Amino acid sequence: MDTSRILTSQDIERTLTRFAHQIVEPYDDPADLVLIGMQTRGVYIARRLRDRIKSYFHVDLPLGVLDVTFYRDDFRTRMKMPSVQLTDIPFDLYNKQVVLVDDVLYTGRTVRSALEAIMSFGRPAGIRFCCMIDRGHRELPIQPDITGQMLPTHANEEIRVHLTEEDGEDAVYVVKRKEAE
Amino acid sequence: MTDKEATNVDFGHRHLLGLADYSAEDIGHILQQTDRFLEILNRPIPKIPTLRDVTVVNLFYEDSTRTRLSFELAEKRMGADVVNFSAKGSSVGKGESLKDTIQNIGAMKIDMVVIRHQSPGAAHYLTRCINTSVINAGDGPHEHPTQALLDMYSMKQKFGELKGLKVAIIGDILHSRVVRSNILGLTKMGAEVTVCGPKSMMPLYADELGANISYRLEETLEWCDVAMALRIQLERQEQGLFPSVREYHERFGIKKRHLKEFPHFTIMHPGPVNRGVELESEVADNSRAIILDQVTNGLAVRMAVLYLLSGRVQ
Repeated sequence: MDTSRILTSQDIERTLTRFAHQIVEPYDDPADLVLIGMQTRGVYIARRLRDRIKSYFHVDLPLGVLDVTFYRDDFRTRMKMPSVQLTDIPFDLYNKQVVLVDDVLYTGRTVRSALEAIMSFGRPAGIRFCCMIDRGHRELPIQPDITGQMLPTHANEEIRVHLTEEDGEDAVYVVKRKEAE
Repeated sequence: MTDKEATNVDFGHRHLLGLADYSAEDIGHILQQTDRFLEILNRPIPKIPTLRDVTVVNLFYEDSTRTRLSFELAEKRMGADVVNFSAKGSSVGKGESLKDTIQNIGAMKIDMVVIRHQSPGAAHYLTRCINTSVINAGDGPHEHPTQALLDMYSMKQKFGELKGLKVAIIGDILHSRVVRSNILGLTKMGAEVTVCGPKSMMPLYADELGANISYRLEETLEWCDVAMALRIQLERQEQGLFPSVREYHERFGIKKRHLKEFPHFTIMHPGPVNRGVELESEVADNSRAIILDQVTNGLAVRMAVLYLLSGRVQ
């Protein structure tokens, strides 16, 4: 395996600062905004964005957590069913501007699942998608609204977003798997 | 918020025939995943598409209201196609055997069978006749695993954990599949179980399964954190197992005065309650009774079981 770091912790800091501004920018009054982080690392990013938005704009946005396992289209390919993590959206989404947050955008299937899940919590006024890395290879017509970095990758490469809360450091790596042996 | 504790559980079951076959880890995993399904039931639109490619047959050879409704609703909340079969009004009346019935249903390409049957071992037998997941919804006096799972979940919800909990089960212990499954499950999870009832309704095996035996209601109520009263089947009186409903209530019914005398125990009942027999009406309606929570939790537990057993290789 061949690993190279493509974002440092300073890069991630800068990206999050930019995200916080881009999320709030289109609205005169950000009171209708809500953040929803996707399990697992999207939750940490969303939580950091909420803290930043609070300190820059003095507004406390509601923060939800979403697990999309129930909405996936690919899990019944194994005998063993995946464990489901917490979903917690303790507020009404009716007429809200939702910002969905994840670490990596790849095929778009997870985002599709998330869109379906969000609709069972009410009818939001709009949904935008914000991700740290867009690695290409889309299989569905889904694009991010706010991106940290567009990173064209090869299918045998893997993007690993490390965040302090889960991995002990902030960094993004590209890992190249050796050809099948 | 990421609760990692359950993600490494190796849940490798295809059927739920009884809690005898499930380990403490398996049970813990089901109870932990049940939280996720309870959350769904509280959403504005309480429905998920997870089982939209799954067809379930509910095969009920014995009367049941809440178990059957609960399974059917759980299946529908998850988007499954549901077919209901009850022995009444079917070809069983024409003398068709269980094996023939199930092989015919199996030929219709189904994925899961939920079965309630009066004979112990019916669910086990089914797994040999048909190539689908089988869930036991009660087989005679043998096991009723989803009832025990919902009881355990309700206790965990109320007390935080099952380890060290003192659970009393009161009533007709001999004929109860609920008791068997509960003793098996609760003792695996580290709870202590005492069964209490008239001698004529006490089985020989209760202590073998790891439960204490008591014939005195007051002693038991003083000891326990949870008092689970079982429904007395009134037809048992005709078999002479107890002299009269009134005498049963006198000796083993939980009464209003017990709530004052023993101020800490929580009241459970698998339903339907015979008011004035197992529980005085005021006891069933008291805020210490979690009987309706049991019903809601039953739905979530059954969703979790259906989900965990729905895996297959396509």
